[in-house]
Amino acid sequence: MQRRQLLDLYYLEARSKLLDLAAFLDRVERAPGEADFRWDAFHAALARMQASPGGRAAGVLDALSDPTTEPIPVATTKAACGAWPGNAVS
Amino acid sequence: MVSRTTDDYRAMVVAGCAAVCEPAFWAGFDRSSAAGFYDYFGQLTEHEPRRAAKFGLPHFCWLCINPKEAEDVQLAQEVIALIPQFLSRPNVLGIGEIGLNKNSRNELKVLELQVDLAARQDQLVLVHTPHLEDKLKGTRLILDVLRADGRIPPGRCLIDHVEEHTVKLVLDRGFWGGMTLYPESKCTAARAVDMIEQYGGERLWMNSACDWGVSVPLAVPYAAQELRRRGHDAGMIDRLIYGNPKRFLSQCAKFRLPEAAS
Repeated sequence: MQRRQLLDLYYLEARSKLLDLAAFLDRVERAPGEADFRWDAFHAALARMQASPGGRAAGVLDALSDPTTEPIPVATTKAACGAWPGNAVS
Repeated sequence: MVSRTTDDYRAMVVAGCAAVCEPAFWAGFDRSSAAGFYDYFGQLTEHEPRRAAKFGLPHFCWLCINPKEAEDVQLAQEVIALIPQFLSRPNVLGIGEIGLNKNSRNELKVLELQVDLAARQDQLVLVHTPHLEDKLKGTRLILDVLRADGRIPPGRCLIDHVEEHTVKLVLDRGFWGGMTLYPESKCTAARAVDMIEQYGGERLWMNSACDWGVSVPLAVPYAAQELRRRGHDAGMIDRLIYGNPKRFLSQCAKFRLPEAAS
């Protein structure tokens, strides 16, 4: 498809998601509280999105991923939280 | 589908779905014993096919202990010992969805045991890759286990839940890649179509998640609509949503569709 056609299909939806994202950032910044590794990881992912033309989705996913290679000793939870806690201390 | 109402079966048939393939899954809570899995495997191989048949939908399934319950290796070994007696049942396609969840040592051990079972029983394999921050590492570990074992031909193994950062890893090693579509948190139809356009549709297919959480049984028909919006022709869409799954699943002799659907 041509760029114009893709913009016709997705622009308004993406604009809405961009505003949701901006409002989310404002909402969290307004709120008092402790530092959180997810917040740091989110900003790292935003930076990767700006810096990875042609591979933005993969760049964001990489930025939010556990970069280690060895299995963890034991699974203490079943759920994933969407960011690697080690990012906050590495 | 064990978590869904009959409304979903009716909707799938009306939308043109030709069959449903249900992997053994985590129930949302841990079973307290291997006996719970015995009953679950009976549900997947006896009760659920009958329920689907009332709506004219062929039902197939995969059997395993899901990685979310694989931290207890002793329980996993007891469950794995139960599986062979169910493998000859007419709707069983293979072993799945095995894989990893949090990438722990015990999950890895149980994955190796189930890969061994699949190899010894000459079964197709369906693999679950971890979600979110655990996916990239987990996908690499899973591919390493399959390569180290070496007995499962990549063409007989579907690695599910690929995303933009893992799809190339999977396809480059000769495996099939699955994109399970969710309305939130994971892969959307638009992103799935992006990956198809970037990596080709030779060994990729899409699944609808139909579990106990927020999921949409008609996600694949909706993805077909997305493919149409993106300008793909009917032949390409048919190959992606019907031909590819049929090609992979037909490696199991028990996968047969009624004449009208095939």
